[in-house]
Amino acid sequence: MSTEHPPVTDWATDFDHTDPVYAANPFPIWDDIRASECPVAHTERYGGAWLPTSHALVSEIAYDKERFTSRSPVMSEHRPPIELAPRGIAAPISSDPPFHKGARRLLLPAFAPQAIDKLEQSTRDYCHELIEAMGDRDVVDAAQEYAQHIPVRVIARMLGFPEDDADRFREFVVHVLEGVDLPEERREEGMVTLFEYLQAQVEDHVANPRDDLTSYLIAAEMDGEPLPMEHVGGTIALLLIAGIDTTWSAIGASIFHLASTAADRQRLADEPDLLPVAMEELLRAYAPVTMARLVKEDMDFHGCPMKAEDWVLLPFPAANRDPEAFEHADQVIIDREVNRHAAFGLGIHRCAGSHLARMELRVALEVWLEHFPEFSLADPDAVHWSGGQVRGPRVLPIKVG
Amino acid sequence: MRVHVDDERCEGHGRCYALAPLVFEPDEIGNSRVLADGLVPAGEVDRARLAVANCPEQAITIDEDT
Repeated sequence: MSTEHPPVTDWATDFDHTDPVYAANPFPIWDDIRASECPVAHTERYGGAWLPTSHALVSEIAYDKERFTSRSPVMSEHRPPIELAPRGIAAPISSDPPFHKGARRLLLPAFAPQAIDKLEQSTRDYCHELIEAMGDRDVVDAAQEYAQHIPVRVIARMLGFPEDDADRFREFVVHVLEGVDLPEERREEGMVTLFEYLQAQVEDHVANPRDDLTSYLIAAEMDGEPLPMEHVGGTIALLLIAGIDTTWSAIGASIFHLASTAADRQRLADEPDLLPVAMEELLRAYAPVTMARLVKEDMDFHGCPMKAEDWVLLPFPAANRDPEAFEHADQVIIDREVNRHAAFGLGIHRCAGSHLARMELRVALEVWLEHFPEFSLADPDAVHWSGGQVRGPRVLPIKVG
Repeated sequence: MRVHVDDERCEGHGRCYALAPLVFEPDEIGNSRVLADGLVPAGEVDRARLAVANCPEQAITIDEDT
């Protein structure tokens, strides 16, 4: 947390999603706000922002394309220029209707279940490689040695980027998603580095087209016109950024839960067929992703005086813990069968990579449980969770021996 | 029993075809479409109901009488 962001003392009127207290344990904060007279918190930080905490309000905003714009799905000190609309910086996540639909339609076939099935075997092989590389140590870091590598490798392959650049991808991701409390100049510098890297990759694909997503996007057309290079670059940035931190977080949080809840771990080790159901519950309870919107015009929203260009966070993980929407919302029920959770968002911006993410999460957990039917937290105090809009364990020492 | 997917509401989460693959299937962009004109096979009723209950967009309706 930077010096411009002092510690939060009142979550209802001065919240900050980068505060280490929020990163470590946001659940009681959301519960308190949700149960109070006003379930929407406010802050003057970031130039003004709102935080709804109930499932009803989060979904209402997610569905409201008239009064909220997706121009900047990541909240920071910097609001991208209005002139970027309707495409935004990273189509289609930053796009509004009607432009959004065509930009999203281009991507969906590559992320449909039929296409993702083809990536399962190589993902599984890679998960085994990662575990074999750990050797026979008693304690391993499941976030750093396992979870974080899986989505990086998969998306690098899909985009046709050098796998050796994995460390650079992670730097980009951390900068974009976790560097949100940096001053504007420093944030811009990081963005320039990212887009220079992407430009070099795109130029290489223009010169040497191949069978991957980057070449597909370069050749793609919308309304009979090729995509402008800013569109191609923005979409590639989205795929690189959005697929990595999020899935890494979901895999890590799931391993965290099983390591700290012996009964659930044992049940999954004994009943591998339960995994698809259990995985949805872990996605509900530890949903990593919060999205952001900007308010289009001054308005009253359920009594909240929202101003044009105010940020609004959409904490899907808070919606998933709302007792009005889920029975025993605060408990992880590993065989919960009815589970209408919103971990991948709601409405037109449903995570386009959700089928890929689910495959990676399922395979990562299957391979982990196969190698380590018994494991536990090596040092609960050492576990560290990322702050900002993507929450997951970044340090996660696990005793496997 | 017949199920219907509202194309305006379906956003392709894919919970229905994962839970009831004999009732729903993904189309080329991952949105759901019903099999057999939505007619639910005899042994699939529970799975179809589970799919309805798990749709995050509440896009599926059931007609009990057909």
